[in-house]
Amino acid sequence: MTQGFDNWVKTLLALRLLRANPNGLKGLVIRARSGPIRDRLIEIIQNAAPALYKIYPNMSDEQLFGGLDLVQTLQKQKLVYAQGLLARSAWAQLCMAERCDGGLAAKLGQALDDGRIAPLIVFDEGKDEETAPQALRDRVGFWVDLEDVSLADLEMVKFEPAPKAQLAVVSARPEDIAALVDLAARFGIHSARAAQFALTCARTHAALAGRNALSAEDIEIAATLIYPSRATLMPEAPEAPPEQTPEPEQDSAQEQAKSAQDSGLSALPQELLIEAVKALLPSDFLSRLVSTGAQRSAVGTGAGNSRKSKTRGRPAPSRPGRLDGQSRVDVIATLRSAAPWQKLRAARKPQRSTIMIFPSDIHFKRYEQRAERLVIFIVDASGSAAMARLAEAKGAVELLLAEAYARRDYVALIAFRGASGNLMLPPTRSLVQTKRRLSALAGGGGTPLAGGLQAAGILAQKALSQGKTPVLALLTDGRTNISLDGSADRQKAAEDAALMAGWISGLGIKSVVMDVARSPNPALADLAQTLRAEYYPMPRADAHGLTQTVHRVLDN
Amino acid sequence: MTEAFPFAAIVGQDNMKMAMILTAVDPKIGGVLVFGDRGTGKSTAVRALAALLPQITAIKGCPINAETIKDVPEWAELTRFEPHQRATPVIDLPLGVSEDRVTGALDIERALTQGEKAFQPGLLAHANRGYLYIDEVNLLEDHIVDLLLDVAQSGENLVEREGLSIRHPARFVLVGSGNPEEGELRPQLLDRFGLSVEVTSPKTIEERISVIERRDAFDQNPKRFLSKWKRQELNVRAAIIDARTALAKIKKTKAVLRDCAELCLALGADGLRGELTLLRASRALAAYEGQTSIQRAHLQAVAPLALSHRLRRDPLDEAGSSARVARVVEDVLG
Repeated sequence: MTQGFDNWVKTLLALRLLRANPNGLKGLVIRARSGPIRDRLIEIIQNAAPALYKIYPNMSDEQLFGGLDLVQTLQKQKLVYAQGLLARSAWAQLCMAERCDGGLAAKLGQALDDGRIAPLIVFDEGKDEETAPQALRDRVGFWVDLEDVSLADLEMVKFEPAPKAQLAVVSARPEDIAALVDLAARFGIHSARAAQFALTCARTHAALAGRNALSAEDIEIAATLIYPSRATLMPEAPEAPPEQTPEPEQDSAQEQAKSAQDSGLSALPQELLIEAVKALLPSDFLSRLVSTGAQRSAVGTGAGNSRKSKTRGRPAPSRPGRLDGQSRVDVIATLRSAAPWQKLRAARKPQRSTIMIFPSDIHFKRYEQRAERLVIFIVDASGSAAMARLAEAKGAVELLLAEAYARRDYVALIAFRGASGNLMLPPTRSLVQTKRRLSALAGGGGTPLAGGLQAAGILAQKALSQGKTPVLALLTDGRTNISLDGSADRQKAAEDAALMAGWISGLGIKSVVMDVARSPNPALADLAQTLRAEYYPMPRADAHGLTQTVHRVLDN
Repeated sequence: MTEAFPFAAIVGQDNMKMAMILTAVDPKIGGVLVFGDRGTGKSTAVRALAALLPQITAIKGCPINAETIKDVPEWAELTRFEPHQRATPVIDLPLGVSEDRVTGALDIERALTQGEKAFQPGLLAHANRGYLYIDEVNLLEDHIVDLLLDVAQSGENLVEREGLSIRHPARFVLVGSGNPEEGELRPQLLDRFGLSVEVTSPKTIEERISVIERRDAFDQNPKRFLSKWKRQELNVRAAIIDARTALAKIKKTKAVLRDCAELCLALGADGLRGELTLLRASRALAAYEGQTSIQRAHLQAVAPLALSHRLRRDPLDEAGSSARVARVVEDVLG
């Protein structure tokens, strides 16, 4: 069976379990672009859910959590509150979750924790490293990916909703719990919530099957539903060559697992469980591990530093202010602040019969918007640029980040060596994350300057689409010798680099080139011109010098 | 949420538990900041804290939990003054809360229906003499942070808006939690927390298993689980109450003061606040352990909690700041 089919079966099973136990399993993250597969799933969800409401990332708190109902309040002359969406007892559906910022994620997370939302269906349309906020994903039981599902898969299974009935109490033996916890640890899943979800999932599965004790099958299903998408480690990774894992082992692992079931073992041996989970790891799991090292969150969604804007973004609480012709007046908030005074004001001017609004009542709408700067370091980690340079670049990145709070900058790092440029540090403001990743950065090999520029250009384009302002800082000695297609051809490599530089300057991105060769390289000065970047020969720069140069360019 | 998970039943996380107990013993230490990964029991511990805190005497119905009649503000418009025992307030400050809710504002209902100007107290009033808990504190909006900083500093909330002019005491212990991967905390706010704790997932499988076992037992049958842990819960509470009375009698020797100063000097911790917190926290620990004077061991135990968030950040230092503190403690105290 294909991975796509497995994923579809998994999704339907997850939905069945979720419907039976929404309070325990909390929800489902669905990663899929819009298309027939997703439409089909939405249809199934709509039929399965008793009722459904939608949450969009730009909804205001008042819409979500409720607030004063001004019309009713004025009419009835007493305080009337309007209920927010979350007060409904229905399934919640969060659309475009990849656009959801940390603040909203935290609020929804709190609502999930105390049971105000149960369950939450999260639709994540993110591309590449864009995902729904980790804080939210961690609090939801199931994560499924529909990317590989084909139309043919849809026809092969039908969704059978579980009968609506009180779930029986299912007992769990200590060794069942131990097996699930141990398994989570082996796959590098650190959040205690994962094991908790797996246990609840196994219980629900057993209850649906009419059992009152956990069987080996329940444990296996729970592990394969909850763990693969959260895994950050391959068990006993060092010995196993990476190529072996995805395809060939899949079938045998399932067969082994099956035979274990058939033979009626009361508990699955741990190794079989590991194989079963391993078989279901996402297909890009290994490449993900290589590019990010051992860490948990896929992206720094690094929220917390959104800027207040007057015209665009997610609504924030409105504030009083003076008319300036640019801001939008929040009529409701203005009326609300004027309302209490009407009796007093009317007494002073009895001849007026309309509502009296004073300048001090005026409230303005404010919106939150991400408009931060992203400094992308493109660092030459090749053999020709001395290894010491790499250490200095690492230092400069960390120094910039340490000041990030005041400057509101994000920092990303692309290193190029060997055949291509790699994103070593996705955009982040977190010093913790940065240290973890930079310590794993190594140097040596050819100088694929064009590849590095390409990776930087792609990242910059993505940042632009998210409303950030990217700035490139290129550190190299300019002795490029690997072309875009990976061949060792100096001539072609230089041409490709110039091509990429032209493309980037066409995007209108500000950049700075720091020449770290012992004697300045005229070819690199030319490249800087193509990039329309400032060119600094820095034969003896240290981390502080690099930081200062970047600042100087940024501040102009 | 109905019942909170009992504090005593939290597996491991000794530093976090110690920090919470110390602030309960001596609220003057000034709050706890818990920073760590997801799913490590941060929120659970804070919610459990409420049940652990000793009761306070307050005037019934007073919005600022005043202890004596003369402390009850005029605007509360109480007619009967009846002292009663109540649980220490633990107030949640949700993200996205409006300024009105925090500071208090005009009572719209009264204004609408009776045309009267009256004050409706906010969260800061309710948190007086208790705890103010901010989950995901690093995501809090800037203008709310500014407001909190000012109030936490002065211990007084000043409301000047909509024609109201009201001041009332707002002395509370700040408890914050968050995940550093989602954003750093402003240094000014960081400084307002007395102790800081970094929590990580349990290291051993056995610990992890018992986390899940206890949580599961709690979820399956909260009542039975709570009654099973009741005795331990009461023991901790009794120890806190005993420590509070013993606090004043704890002796501090010249040598301990000297150690404190040397530690802070060696670490380059800013200002005297670090020294003071270090001393207070070690005194609270001595009291909690039932001893009569502060020992070096107490200093050693609380130094990472009291100092690690006060260091000048050095981005080129690979080890975390608690490791730096531990290293210096080793050097100075041997």
